[in-house]
Amino acid sequence: MPIEVDGKTFETDEEGYLANINDWVPGVATVMAAEDELDLSDEHWDIINFLRDYYEEYQIAPAVRVLTKAVGKKLGKDKGNSKYLYGLFPYGPGKQACRYAGLPKPTGCV
Amino acid sequence: MADLYTVNKSPFEKNSLEQAIRFSADGASILLIEDGVYGAMAGTAAEGLVKGASGRKFFALRSDVKARGISEDRLIDGVELVDYAGFVDLVESTDKVQAWL
Amino acid sequence: MSEIKKFMYLNRRAPYGTIYAWESLEVVLIGAAFDQEVSLMFVDDGVFQLVKGSDTSESDMKNFLPTYRTLGDYGVRHMFVDQASLEARGLTTDDLIQVEWEDWETEEEVDNIVEAVDADKFKELMAESDVVFSF
Repeated sequence: MPIEVDGKTFETDEEGYLANINDWVPGVATVMAAEDELDLSDEHWDIINFLRDYYEEYQIAPAVRVLTKAVGKKLGKDKGNSKYLYGLFPYGPGKQACRYAGLPKPTGCV
Repeated sequence: MADLYTVNKSPFEKNSLEQAIRFSADGASILLIEDGVYGAMAGTAAEGLVKGASGRKFFALRSDVKARGISEDRLIDGVELVDYAGFVDLVESTDKVQAWL
Repeated sequence: MSEIKKFMYLNRRAPYGTIYAWESLEVVLIGAAFDQEVSLMFVDDGVFQLVKGSDTSESDMKNFLPTYRTLGDYGVRHMFVDQASLEARGLTTDDLIQVEWEDWETEEEVDNIVEAVDADKFKELMAESDVVFSF
């Protein structure tokens, strides 16, 4: 199902992940979140931006375990735990946050 | 006119390059593509294949060379880099193309 | 299933020309979800997988060289490279990427887990491994 952001259409795959990561604009995350009835806070954006940086550097979406540890290191220990991340992204920080960030589904996620 | 031979296998893994050289006529062009570009690297155990083949002109596809992190100064002297357009030119300027897989 | 096993991934193919290198990397990334002691070994054309400076911008292929650099975060403790395979290809470890490793609990750090080894050491490593995956 393609999504509509500011009058522009973005292709997605059958699971709702953006077809082309380079197409991403912040509005993609806002629209995807709205479909999940979620308002994105600064805390959500911290994770989304973190994921985009991670992908830029390593060319993959991190596994949840790696994401949790890396967030703890970068954004502080209080945020580097699954309780905090699942609080922000109830469908799973790997899947949901990666989708908002325009990344592919994390390798190993089923 | 001479023929164009393409080689897409690493010379360390298969003997495609060796055979392409062996069975090609004098004046043939040999284009290294994909893993075949490793045959264009200087200072390797396989460099003798290209260096020892007289009467053959060697080319390597630039995009495949770059993808493999081989810098130009590591190529055997005389190997010419071509882009996709150069590949097409080679095909056009030779009698026929034969792939050594 | 609490027993920690030693997993060895044996990589013998060049990247890009075939799918083996990427497949191996994906299996390592997926396998990291299990607590095992993971080492990677690069032999023959497999050593080409770690050569720095890969640029796939003109070839319409995903450049997965940067992904190797995150393997330390995925619990990979060692990346061994066969010295003889390097030499046959005119390469030294200076031509290869470096991969950092850090224990997140103890903050113990290793600057580079990529290490060239000779055949004797390699034999030892193979003998010590509980499982060897070949790619």
